[in-house]
Amino acid sequence: MRFNFSPARCWAVLTKEFVQMRRDRLTFAMMVGVPIMQLILFGFAINSDPKALPTAVLAADNSIYARTLVRAIENSGYFRVVQELTSEAEADRALAMGSVQFVITIPENFARKLERGERPVLLVEADATDPAATSNAIAALLTINQAALNRDLQGVLQGLQYQPPAFEMRVQRRYNPEGITQYNIVPGLIGVVLTMTMVMMTSLAVTREYERGTMENLLATPVRPIEVMAGKIVPYIIVGYIQVSVILLAAKLLFAVPMLGSLALLSFVLILFIAANLAIGYTFSTLAKSQMQAMQMTFFFFLPSMLLSGFMFPFRGMPQWAQWLGEILPLTHFLRIVRGILLKGNGMAEVFQNAWPIGLFLLIAGTLALTRYRETLD
Amino acid sequence: MSDVAVIDVEGLTKTFGGRRVVDDFGIRVERGQIFGFLGPNGSGKTTTIRMLCGLLTPDSGRGTCLGHDIIRESALIKRQVGYMTQRFSLYEDLSIRENLDFIARIYAVPNREHAVGEALDRLGLTKRSAQLAGHLSGGWKQRLALAACLLHDPKLLLLDEPTAGVDPNARREFWNHIHRLAADGITVLVSTHYMDEAERCHRLAYIAYGKLLITGTAAEVIAHSKLTTWSVSGPDLFGLAAELRSVPAITMVVPFGSTLHVSGTDAPALDAALGHFRARPGTVWTPAEPSLEDVFIRMMDEAPDNFNA
Repeated sequence: MRFNFSPARCWAVLTKEFVQMRRDRLTFAMMVGVPIMQLILFGFAINSDPKALPTAVLAADNSIYARTLVRAIENSGYFRVVQELTSEAEADRALAMGSVQFVITIPENFARKLERGERPVLLVEADATDPAATSNAIAALLTINQAALNRDLQGVLQGLQYQPPAFEMRVQRRYNPEGITQYNIVPGLIGVVLTMTMVMMTSLAVTREYERGTMENLLATPVRPIEVMAGKIVPYIIVGYIQVSVILLAAKLLFAVPMLGSLALLSFVLILFIAANLAIGYTFSTLAKSQMQAMQMTFFFFLPSMLLSGFMFPFRGMPQWAQWLGEILPLTHFLRIVRGILLKGNGMAEVFQNAWPIGLFLLIAGTLALTRYRETLD
Repeated sequence: MSDVAVIDVEGLTKTFGGRRVVDDFGIRVERGQIFGFLGPNGSGKTTTIRMLCGLLTPDSGRGTCLGHDIIRESALIKRQVGYMTQRFSLYEDLSIRENLDFIARIYAVPNREHAVGEALDRLGLTKRSAQLAGHLSGGWKQRLALAACLLHDPKLLLLDEPTAGVDPNARREFWNHIHRLAADGITVLVSTHYMDEAERCHRLAYIAYGKLLITGTAAEVIAHSKLTTWSVSGPDLFGLAAELRSVPAITMVVPFGSTLHVSGTDAPALDAALGHFRARPGTVWTPAEPSLEDVFIRMMDEAPDNFNA
C-alpha cells in the first residue's frame, strides 16, 4: 500500500514545483547567483598561504651581514619590511597595535659576535594570534637563513659558512605543486554551495506547504508521500546540476583549475551527493513547523558541514572524535571525491571508498524522511 | 439505494494535548443528503470532518465512509471525497488553470484538459484562467475551491465553513449549486455558522465542546428543544429585556430586530411568569415559533453543564 507509486501523480507534483520555482524569481536568481557570488568571493579572497606580510626591523647593528639577512628574509616572499624601529618599546607597540605581523631584531655587535663564531641570536617575533597566518612564513624563515651569509663569509671566515648535511631531503608537492589555494577551494565550493542550497530549498519547499495551509488539501488527495517527495526533489536535482555547471565553468575560465579526472564520473557521484542533501532537507521539513525553523535547522546542518568536512580547516588537524563526526557528513566525502577527480585524476576505484558512505547517508536520511512524512495532520 | 448510509460512524474520539476535542461522536448520513454541521468555534467540527476524510486518525471509534473503513481504508476514501478546507488551500502562486490542472492530475481525472476547461467555463473564469489564484477575491476563491473539489466527480463533499466571508449573493448561488449536486446524488456534509444555511440543510447536527448534542431535521431539532417562545414589541425593549432576564421561568431573552424573543422550556410556568408583563401598556405579545438560533443558543448555554457533569 505504502509504495504503490503513481508516476502520473509524481509528475503532477513535479510540474507544479517547477511552475512555483519559476514564479519565485528572486529565489531562482539566488539559486544561480549564490554559486557565482561565493565562487568569486571565496575563490579570489581565500588564501591559506599569505605572503608579503608587514614586517618591522629593529636593527642595532647595521653590518653587511644584517643587511644580507634582512634581504634574504624579504626575498622569501613572505615578508615585506614596512618599518624601521629604534627601540624595543616601539617593537612591542607595533605588534600590539597589529600594524606589523613580524618584528626582526638584530642585536648590537651582531657582526662582531658572528665573526668570532659566538652564534649571535637573530630574534624574529611574530604576532601568532592566527597560527594559519604566520606558520608558513615561519617555516620559510628556517630554510632561508641557513645559506644566506655564505657569500659574505669569505676568506678567514669561510669556516663559518653553512655546511649542507650529509644527505639530501627532497620534497615533492604532488597534485598542487605551487600550493595554489584556489585549486583546493574552488572544487570544494561545489560541495559547499550544493549543501547549502539543496538542504535549504527542499526543507523550505515542504514546510511552505504546511505554513500556507496547502498541505491540508494535498493530504486530502490520493497523492502518496513518496510521490510528493520525488516530485519535490527532482526539480532541485536539476537546479543542483545547473549550479555545478556554473562553478565548473568558472573554475576552468577564472581559476584554471586542473580537471584531470572524468567529468562523467563526477556527475554520477553528484547525483548521489545531491540526493543525500535533499533527503536531509526533506527530513528537516517533516520536523519543522515553520519556514523559519526549517531555515534554522538548515544552518544547524550547514555549519558543521563547512567546519568539520575539511573545507575550511585541514581534516587531519581535528581530534579523532571530530573526524568521526566529519566522516558522517556527506560533504566530507564529496570534497575528497571532487578534489580527487579534478586534481588527482582519481578513477572509479579511488572514488568508491568515499561514495558508499554518501550512499549510506542517503539511505538513512531518505528512510527517515519517508517515515517521518505525516500522511495525516496528527 | 437512498437508504444506504454514506457516512456511518460511532464513538469517534480525538484528544489533542489532553483536551478531548471530539468526544464519542457518531452520525449517519444518507446518500443525497445535505447534512449541516453546526456548533460554536472550537467545538470540534473541523476535527470531525478531518477524521472522516482520513486527515486525522481517531483515537478510538469506528465506522465507514462511502462503505470504506475510515481507519484502514482512508486511501480509498480520499479518491471519492471532495474536501474543501476552511482556509483557502490551493496554491496562491499558481494560476487558476494551473491549480485545477494540478488537482485533476493528482486525481487522475480522465480527459483532463476537457474536464478543466469545463470547470473553468462553469466558473465563468475561462478568460481569467491565467490569473494567479492569490489575486482572487474571497468569493471567487471559494468558487474555485469548490470547482477543484468537484473535478474528480466525488460521491461525498465535505465542506468546512465554505461560505465564511462570502457575500449573500455568492452564498445563495453556492447553496443552489449544493442543492443541484445533492439532487444528482452527491452527499454533502457542510459546517456553517449561519442559521439561514442551517435551514437549507436536510438534516442537522449540533456539536458543542466536542459532544454531539442533537441530530435531526430543523423541525425535529426545534420540537426536541421543548422551547416555547413569545415575541414582544413595544417601547423600551432594552429595559424590558433586563427585567425579563431576572425571571426564573424565562430561560432566554434575545433581541430580534424590533422585537424580543422570550423563551422558556416549561410552557405553563412561562405563561404564568409573563402574566403581569403582558398587562404593560404599549406591549404587544404574540406566540412565536422558536427559531433554530434560539434553540442553538439555548443548547450552547446548557452545554458546559453537560460537559462538567
